[in-house]
Amino acid sequence: MADRQYELVYILPPDTTEQQVTDLQTQVEGVVSKMHGHIEKTDPWGRKKLAYEIGRHKEGVYVLDVINGSGELMKELDRRLKVMDLVIRHMIVRVDQEKKVVERTQTKRRTESERRRVKRGLPPQRQPGEGRAIELDETDDDRFDGVEV
Amino acid sequence: MAFGQGRSGGGGRGRNADKKTGDKAQGQRRTLFRRRKVCKFCADKIDDINYKDVKLLGPFVPERGKILPRRISGTCAMHQRKLQTAIKRARQIALIHYVTD
Repeated sequence: MADRQYELVYILPPDTTEQQVTDLQTQVEGVVSKMHGHIEKTDPWGRKKLAYEIGRHKEGVYVLDVINGSGELMKELDRRLKVMDLVIRHMIVRVDQEKKVVERTQTKRRTESERRRVKRGLPPQRQPGEGRAIELDETDDDRFDGVEV
Repeated sequence: MAFGQGRSGGGGRGRNADKKTGDKAQGQRRTLFRRRKVCKFCADKIDDINYKDVKLLGPFVPERGKILPRRISGTCAMHQRKLQTAIKRARQIALIHYVTD
């Protein structure tokens, strides 16, 4: 079966060092590679203010991982993250299905607009300079404002 | 989807108009021409309502922390559903606050 794609977000206390973050990341990578998955992307968001206090923390270090793997892998990862004291919050979300739906609607919209444009005798793609004039006016106004100031 | 949105908006307006025609005060007549609400996500063609996009979700979560109801925001049913899951996910990872009291 094709791998599923998940997103894992975890939050660490604001006073964690870079070293600790990379250590944890290697731990996560270890689990993922052991269970035959692979990390597609890692995106450290860095320090962010929490919308509410978690424990006594008001800020947190966010890390996002996009992981391709099986459900068992994520179950194991979830279990381990629960145990870790350093991680103050984590969340795993399955994303592959939603991504597929989004792509489908986008391609559908594009092909539909191309079909209609061809029917009207226009080239399938929107040409530069074509489109709503209102938007252009707005940008003109902005520029004008900038000059005035 | 688009039909459902249009119908519900129209229905709401119709009811409003009925009520307003009874009393002919000038100030109340103005409410007759209230701008028709449009689903932001349909209008802007936003397909992906992502929990990470706090800027997108922000306007739908007022001060109190409750999710803005459809009758006020004008969001269509499909997008309100997606918005709901996105907001709930964002709450879990402390990007948006829970209901504060």
